[in-house]
Amino acid sequence: MIGPVLATRPDSDLDSGSVLPDLRKLPITKLQLVKYAGASGDYNLIHTDDETARSVGLEGVIAHGMLSMAFLGEYLCWLAGPESVRRLSVRFNPDLPRTRQRSHRERRRKETSARGVDGESACRAGHGRRSGG
Amino acid sequence: MDQPPSLSSDLIGRESEMVLFEVERGAIRKFAEAVQDQTPACVRGDIAPPTFPTTFRMTIPGLTFDLARVLHGAQEYRYQRPLRAGDRLRCQMRVANIYRRHGSLGEMTFLILAMEGLDESGSPVFTATTTAILR
Repeated sequence: MIGPVLATRPDSDLDSGSVLPDLRKLPITKLQLVKYAGASGDYNLIHTDDETARSVGLEGVIAHGMLSMAFLGEYLCWLAGPESVRRLSVRFNPDLPRTRQRSHRERRRKETSARGVDGESACRAGHGRRSGG
Repeated sequence: MDQPPSLSSDLIGRESEMVLFEVERGAIRKFAEAVQDQTPACVRGDIAPPTFPTTFRMTIPGLTFDLARVLHGAQEYRYQRPLRAGDRLRCQMRVANIYRRHGSLGEMTFLILAMEGLDESGSPVFTATTTAILR
């Protein structure tokens, strides 16, 4: 299995104001969308069938918004450890392109406390934004 | 085109049945592989990724809409602790709110669905809040 492209892990001490590293994912493929449909139970064909997608006015299949959110879930687990994620909240932008390289940078309010991590994001994956480095 | 009847606010408060979901190691691993989530505990299937409750599919009686007209507007998960392989969670979903807004796309109906998952002793483990936008 080819995994995501991870930048250097963050320092263990994150403070308010710290710039968080990127989690870079490989381009989304149709195979991944089919796998995600099966794993998640979201069989809406606009994610896996071009003909259906075009019939509702899209150029082709679009990724599941929840797949993008899952990337952010991985990101929080990477930053804080999977035991520490307490909240993950996103708003979706419609019509994510399927094939763009994704780069997630958390530019959000982030609170680290004894209870764990609280992440909130407007999910903007797919806009091709990349970080330097 | 005919507009489908918009959702009645009478549905607010309506609940699904309580459904028992078992968190299976294989399902966690399949989900992590699909996402290409490299979190070791998720790859092993020990701990479920934070968005895993999306696999808990539930229906609320009387709540129907045209899938082609629905946008997933927002999603939130809150956890008391992570979900682990072997967990048996009693889950229930309810219609938390329905309201209408005028936007650039015309009138839209916002549907807020709230799911709660309890462990076998009845202690809350997670909540999931879904905002669906019906055009």
